[in-house]
Order: sequence, then C-alpha cells, then structure tokens
Amino acid sequence: MTPTAPAKWGLRTLAFGYLGVLLLAPVAMIFYKTFEHGLGPPIEAMTSPEALHSIQLTLLMVAVAVPLNTVFGVGCALLLVRHKWKGNAVLDGIINLPFAISPIVVGLALFLLYGNDGWFGPTLTEAGVQILFSWPAMVLASIFVSLPFVVRETVPVLQEIGTEQEQAASTLGANAWQTFWRVTLPAIRWGVAYGVVLTTARVLGEFGAVTIVSGRISGETETLPLFVGRAFEQFNEEAAYAGAIVLALLALTTLLLMSIGGRKAKASSGGSLPAAELAVSTSTTKEGS
Amino acid sequence: MGIAVEGARKRFGDFQALDDVSIDVPDGSLTALLGPSGSGKSTLLRAIAGLEELDAGQVVINGQDATETPAQKREVGFVFQHYAAFKHMTVFGNVAFGLKIRKWDKAKTSARVHELLQLVQLDGLAERYPDQLSGGQRQRMALARALAVEPQVLLLDEPFGALDAKVRKDLRTWLRRLHDEMHVTTIFVTHDQEEAMDVAEQLVVMNEGRVEQSGSADDLYDHPANEFVMSFVGEVNRLGEHFVRPHDMQVVLEPDERTEEAMVQRIVALGFEIRIEFVLADGTEVWAQLTRAELQKLELREGQIVYLRPGQAKSFSGDSSPPDGGGASTPRDSQGGDDAEVSAAA
Repeated sequence: MTPTAPAKWGLRTLAFGYLGVLLLAPVAMIFYKTFEHGLGPPIEAMTSPEALHSIQLTLLMVAVAVPLNTVFGVGCALLLVRHKWKGNAVLDGIINLPFAISPIVVGLALFLLYGNDGWFGPTLTEAGVQILFSWPAMVLASIFVSLPFVVRETVPVLQEIGTEQEQAASTLGANAWQTFWRVTLPAIRWGVAYGVVLTTARVLGEFGAVTIVSGRISGETETLPLFVGRAFEQFNEEAAYAGAIVLALLALTTLLLMSIGGRKAKASSGGSLPAAELAVSTSTTKEGS
Repeated sequence: MGIAVEGARKRFGDFQALDDVSIDVPDGSLTALLGPSGSGKSTLLRAIAGLEELDAGQVVINGQDATETPAQKREVGFVFQHYAAFKHMTVFGNVAFGLKIRKWDKAKTSARVHELLQLVQLDGLAERYPDQLSGGQRQRMALARALAVEPQVLLLDEPFGALDAKVRKDLRTWLRRLHDEMHVTTIFVTHDQEEAMDVAEQLVVMNEGRVEQSGSADDLYDHPANEFVMSFVGEVNRLGEHFVRPHDMQVVLEPDERTEEAMVQRIVALGFEIRIEFVLADGTEVWAQLTRAELQKLELREGQIVYLRPGQAKSFSGDSSPPDGGGASTPRDSQGGDDAEVSAAA
C-alpha cells in the first residue's frame, strides 16, 4: 500500500522536524555562536599554541589508528567470511566489544593495564617506554574504540560478492595476493571506504577513553575534543565553539575526500554506488544477446 | 591425454557428493556431465579445476597428475553459471586479466583480447562494463576470458543455466561450432538432457555421486544401463516391471493378445507433437507421443476406449534383456496386422 500524498508530506515533515530539533539545531547553534562576532575571534582562538598542538595531536591519532584499523578490519573480515572456523563466533564477539563498553571504561582498563600496578606497566617502565600520559596510550585508546567499524562494514559486502570472482581469478592464474588486490579489494571498496569514514569520525571525536589515559596535559597530551572540553570548563566559550567547528570541518573533509576518491575510482574503473549499479543492470539484462 | 579422474571421493558433512567416480575424457572431445541437482556433477567439474579438494582419488590432465596442483597452476579455463564477471573491470579488462597476471606486454595483450572478442562476437563492446551487457553477452565474455590464457582444458559449469530459452539455444549451437574450431578438451555440466545431447559428443550421466553410464547420446538413449538413465535421457512410461518410451507406445483401435485397454484422458497438441494421456484399467497413467497426422488418422477424442501396444519395452530387473512377450501388457513383438495401427516409433 502506498501512502496518500498528505500522509507522505506528513511523514516527511515529521522526519525533518525530528532531525531539525535533535541534530540540526545544536549544530547550527555552534556555528552561530562561533561566528557571532565575525571570523577574527575563532581564528585567534584556534591559532594559540595549545589549540594548534591539539589539532596536530588529533591528526596523529587519525594517522595511526585509521590505517591500522583498516588493515586489521579488512583482514579480520576476510577471516570471518572466507575462512569458516568454529572460533569465528568468538572472534566476532570480541570485535563487537568496543560497541558494548563505554569509552570511559576503556580508558580505565588501559590505565590499569599500563599503570604501575598493571600487567604491562612495570615491565615497560623498566624498559624506559612511556605509555600512559603520552601519545601511545591515546593511540591505543583510539584504536580500541574505533576498531569494529571497518570489520562491520566490510563483512556484509564480502558476503554479498561471494567467492566466484575470486575463484575465477585463481583459475586464470592469479595467486592469493593478486586476487586480493585485483579482484576482492576493488569489489569491496565501498564497504571499506564507509568503514574508514566511520572510523575516522570516531577517532576524531573520541573523548572518554582518551581523557583517562592522556592525563590531559595542555599543549602536550590534549587532543582537539579535550581542548574543547577544557575550554568549555574554563568558560572560554569562544575557543570551545571554534574547536568544535574545526572538529566538524575535519569530519566533513574526510567525507569529502572519500566521495571524491570514490568518484575518481568510478571514473577510472566504472564501478559505481550499489544503487546506480542496480539501476544499470536491471535496464540492460533484459535484452537478448 | 585428455582428462582422467580415478576413484574420486568427496564428502560435505553428511553428504557424499562424489562416491568413487572415474571418468575418461578423450583429448579434444566435448563431453557433458549430465545429472539432476545434487548428483555431484558440479563437484566433479570443480575438482578437475582444482576449486574443490578431493578426499580421495586422482585427477590427471593431459597425462600429468594434477591432484595436488592448485587451481592457479592447472591451466584450466573455467566458466561459471553466473558468469563471475569482474564487475569493476571493462570487458577488455576481464578478458585481459589472465594475460596481465602472466605479464604479457600491452600490445600483445591488446591484440589477443581483440582476437578473442571477435571470436565471441563482442568486438566493439570492449569498453563496456559487465553491468551493461545482457546475460548471453556476459557469458560469452566469460568464455573469452577463460580462453584468453589458452587453457589445456575448458570447463563449463551450467554455462547456459541462467539464460532464457532462446539465448540458451543460440549459445549452445555457437559453443558447438567454437569447439569444432578450437579443439580444446571441453567438459560442460548440465541438468538438461536435450542440451547435453545437442552439444556433446560424449555424455556422462551422474546420480547420487556416482557415474550411472557414459557413452554417446545414441548409446544412452537406445541402450540405457538402468532405469535412472532411461528416464533421465528421455521420457518414459512405467508398465509394471517394464519401461517404454512414449513414442514407442502404439495406439490401436482393435484389441489383440498383445494390447492393453486404455481410456484417452487428455489430448494435448504441442505443435507438431501430440501428447495423449491415458489411464489403464488398473489406474496406471501413461502417455503416448504421436504426430499430428497420426492423431488425425485415429480420430481420437477424450473419454474414448482404445488399445495400447507397448513396443521396445525394457526391463532392468535382473537381466537387462527386453521381455519376451510372455505378459500381455508388455509384448515384445508388435507385428499386428491391424489397419488402424499407428506407430510413432521411428
């Protein structure tokens, strides 16, 4: 049954109204507050040494955590989908752990593990390696909280493409490595890309886990979200709003890069978004040969 | 030479997919693996390609034991039912795939790909993507891709199964001709006996993981080894212990000692062929295949009582020789001098 025209418009209004109040209004408010007195104040706030360092540190988190989680995520998805094994159920459960645990608990757990009374802490301290209150702990926390995204986005795509293309490649003489790069990866690229976007967004915005393990040393172990948090606590609203805008812009940039990359890949290889593919295939498969 | 499989066994959990299968495919021949779904024909084909590992047995390709050779090194061309096209590559890219893996230089690759595209009549569509092709075109692309690397053998797994009837018929004629030109040892899997008989020189009939019989289409049709083969390679009526093809059912209007009474239940005109369904006195339902002319001569109508004389009846219980005419229902001789007798047997 298709809804009548008034019902359709009613539903649309409801959907946009709901999103407007819950999502758009707060974001719009941040933009408004940031640029209330022009571009000068936010630029000034974000060019302080502490602010610049926090941006740098956040980008470092992304630069380390996202590639690691991408490689691990794709590998793990291949393991889960292509190599059926009893232990897969356990592996699958463990991968979901970060979704189930509050980030602050993740921070506490890392704090305990690498602290002076933890399993790894004393050994590492003896070896002269500083984990806690330094960027390695923050990277560990970022990896932990953002780990499942690439796996979760890649698994269904891998399942959907099936194994025939890979088998065809092997009968044509391709080894496992060639098959992966030339056949599997191009076929799952949209799933992986979406996973990367989600991972990046998660790492950019991570607050809870990083708060605990970083020690929040301004200008040293303060990522952009922590900078925003501190600015807010210190009633430095201008810096808080400006920091929030920079965070949002970074996330938007990721999305933009992904869709540009995707479009390029499409232009050079003909692959397209699933919806477009579907439309093309339904319109062409009917004709005889 | 050619392909030989010896004592192949394969089990998937509780399911015995291959149960001591041996086949022999002569060099340069075109052989069909024919059987219902679950008969093990696809598993056997995949085992020859190295896509399935056998639990026991041996695969010999052109005189060399390939049992332990991975698919990648077997040099077989494999064509999948659902094409397995590389969707992110153009038609050219798909066909060139095996050549690129073998590091052919660009000019040579391009020449070879275009030569193959011409062969499969896809020249001009090289820059298209698989999504922009029809099913038949995709399957021809897949065939060109498999042939590009000059495989020792060509294996096709239900290659026309996903295509509609018209395209399927065109493609199988075309495959037949292609094989005549290329002479590469070819095995194809199908569940369609007509397709197998149309295309292949040799047929291997499989059932429940075993080979029931192999031979030419005529062998299988005229001398089936058992009930399964007889009913799989053609239509069959069962009369007690005996089996008769519908076109060997003679319809007569006068009874004699070798006929059986039957009532015409339904007459179905299928163009040239007429299908007449009967019910016998004991309730058995059988049917006969007549031509239009024969039907007109007999002037049959539904509900009429007629007499059936089964010719060429076969029995597979114990010895495989045909019955000796002892039973009234299955006479061997059919020399009745009845004027109205019409036989559809060739």
